[in-house]
Amino acid sequence: MNGAERPTLAVFKFASCDGCQLSLLDCEDELLALAGAVRIAHFTEMSRTRVEGPYDVALVEGSISTPEDAVRIVEVRAASRRLVTIGACATAGGIQGLRNFAAHGEYLGTVYAHPEYVSSLETSTPIADHVAVDYELHGCPIDRGQLLEVLTAALAGRRPVIAGHSVCQECKGRGTVCVLVARGTPCLGPVTRAGCGALCPAVDRGCFGCFGPADTANTESLGGRLVGDGLAPADLARLFRTFNANAGPFREASLAQERVAVSLGSTRVGPSRGVGR
Amino acid sequence: MTHGGNGNRTIGVDGLARVEGEGSLRIEVHDGQVVDVALEIFEPPRYFEALLRGRRHTEAPDITARICGICPVAYQMSACAAIEAACGVEVDDRITALRRLLYCGEWLQSHALHVYLLHAPDFLGCADAVELAERDRAAVTRGLDLKRTGNLVMATIGGRAVHPVNVRTGGFYRAPSVAEVQGLAEPLRRARDAALATVEWVSGFEFPDVEGDYRFVALHHDTNYPIESGRVVSSDGLDTTPAGFADLVVEEHVARSTALHARLAGRDAYLTGPLARYALNQATLPAVAREAAGRAGLGPVCTNPFRSIVVRSVELVVACEEALRLVAAYEPPEPPARDVPPAAGAGTGATEAPRGLLFHRYVLDAEGFIEEARIVPPTSQNQLTIEADLALVAAGGLDLSDADLSWRCEQAVRNHDPCISCAAHFLEVAVVRS
Repeated sequence: MNGAERPTLAVFKFASCDGCQLSLLDCEDELLALAGAVRIAHFTEMSRTRVEGPYDVALVEGSISTPEDAVRIVEVRAASRRLVTIGACATAGGIQGLRNFAAHGEYLGTVYAHPEYVSSLETSTPIADHVAVDYELHGCPIDRGQLLEVLTAALAGRRPVIAGHSVCQECKGRGTVCVLVARGTPCLGPVTRAGCGALCPAVDRGCFGCFGPADTANTESLGGRLVGDGLAPADLARLFRTFNANAGPFREASLAQERVAVSLGSTRVGPSRGVGR
Repeated sequence: MTHGGNGNRTIGVDGLARVEGEGSLRIEVHDGQVVDVALEIFEPPRYFEALLRGRRHTEAPDITARICGICPVAYQMSACAAIEAACGVEVDDRITALRRLLYCGEWLQSHALHVYLLHAPDFLGCADAVELAERDRAAVTRGLDLKRTGNLVMATIGGRAVHPVNVRTGGFYRAPSVAEVQGLAEPLRRARDAALATVEWVSGFEFPDVEGDYRFVALHHDTNYPIESGRVVSSDGLDTTPAGFADLVVEEHVARSTALHARLAGRDAYLTGPLARYALNQATLPAVAREAAGRAGLGPVCTNPFRSIVVRSVELVVACEEALRLVAAYEPPEPPARDVPPAAGAGTGATEAPRGLLFHRYVLDAEGFIEEARIVPPTSQNQLTIEADLALVAAGGLDLSDADLSWRCEQAVRNHDPCISCAAHFLEVAVVRS
């Protein structure tokens, strides 16, 4: 097969769980066709082959959390014509970004007996904090249908068609009864970006924000409603503070609710002791 | 690059491919003797044990799922088992059965990924599954079909293939309908045929003549092949509870790795995973899987690590057969979850992730807040044994060129399906000949 004429695709991993790049391997019906349409030039999890850049499209999974990775991402950017970040780690710092709310030294000593062996930054930050990013695909994990759309668009040189509205519209679309209105179940659907297909309400569970804030997320309004329904501010702070804890509107909302919780005498918001830095 | 021979050399592989996560491998050969091997894990630390502190007990399954996108169900199931043990809650048989069915989906998905996309290309001299597909498209298609069926089981029961949303402490948010679950029967029957074909296919590969001296550790259950529960047993006579086992595991932090190295107190290195499960659980191997193993030439114990691909394929048959049994017997749990009221105390949960034993231990306060978390993934437990394998494989392969020896050493690591993302909680390879 003549690989030289096909556009090249590279996949790079930073701090992450591998789940988003697995979503590419999970495209069982499209994987071999994709491998025919592009030349997979660098994808360590899948292949021993490693072709030097430049790459036409680079998919980047994971957050920047070590000094070495802060250097490596600049090299990846320089080698990539289009750089697309995939998943909550790459777009928002990920669950490991909870360290941004606490004192780092405290974390390191909890896990490792010899902190001096470990090279780690005090923060876990999204790729876009370090280099220019051409497109961000959200989700923890990303949706493989959206991934295929982003790849198709990137190869065609157009913007991907990905909605920025909230999970609520997906619930309406699939005819799921609103768990918040009908049962009072705390749900982040009104402020969370669509893309998963509204999976949680469909299993009688409130949305927990895997896809991060929607384009016009009114977290204050939702927060008022949830607290009014009896959710403790500390629990609401925790609800905003998971995989997308450092995405702007979720971060602000969790810090605001934490301040309320502390004023009410609660200190157990997790992970911080008191109000975040 | 130096040439093969019995002199001094260093062989290194930077960025070990076809494993989950980031690591490297170094082998030092001096005067024709392997003097040092190191599996170096560079995966950035993510501090799960720390960030779980101060979270509610009910949050552990969703947070710890994010340790690994390949085996999130293993994390969710071990977390649930540990939290439920801490709170003194036992779930009913229907919930246990549904958990086992979900877990079968993960075994199918993960084992199919490893056998077809990560491991088989080594035996056939291919860089990856795409190159393999150019030679044998039917084989790769069969692997992808198996993987798709695993994902289908996970999505049907768990709501999503990666990081399922339907799991909670005490059970599930919603019990799938009988019709939804029975819809899995036909794809699972096709998958069982594909799994049997897989065993036959991989049993025809050529295997380097290597036998490891393993201390196997696995869960053991009187009536079922171990997946979601059991006692912890070893090939040298250990038989204890998950909590008793956790007390025996000593973890060390060494300079070359952001994964902790585990040893058993008084026993040293050990191996978990398919080879261990298979050796320690012959009695509960479903008949169709035992017959397939027999046709593939596997005895009751397999100590050639390269043949782990055959054992893993036999476990594909196990997962399909078990899933079919559970689908046929499915009755929705009512309610779908037991309440898990918080209670002060400690709890340990152990389950069999596709790549080996995974245990969690939590200490909760009276309100259910996590005070301490300890998570010991299979790759941490296997790391010392993987290094012992590397020494053995390198010593037996000194006549090979550096390139061929590097590849064989990479393969020796892949034999155990390490998950570096889990282990750092791990891979690059270097052979040093000086």
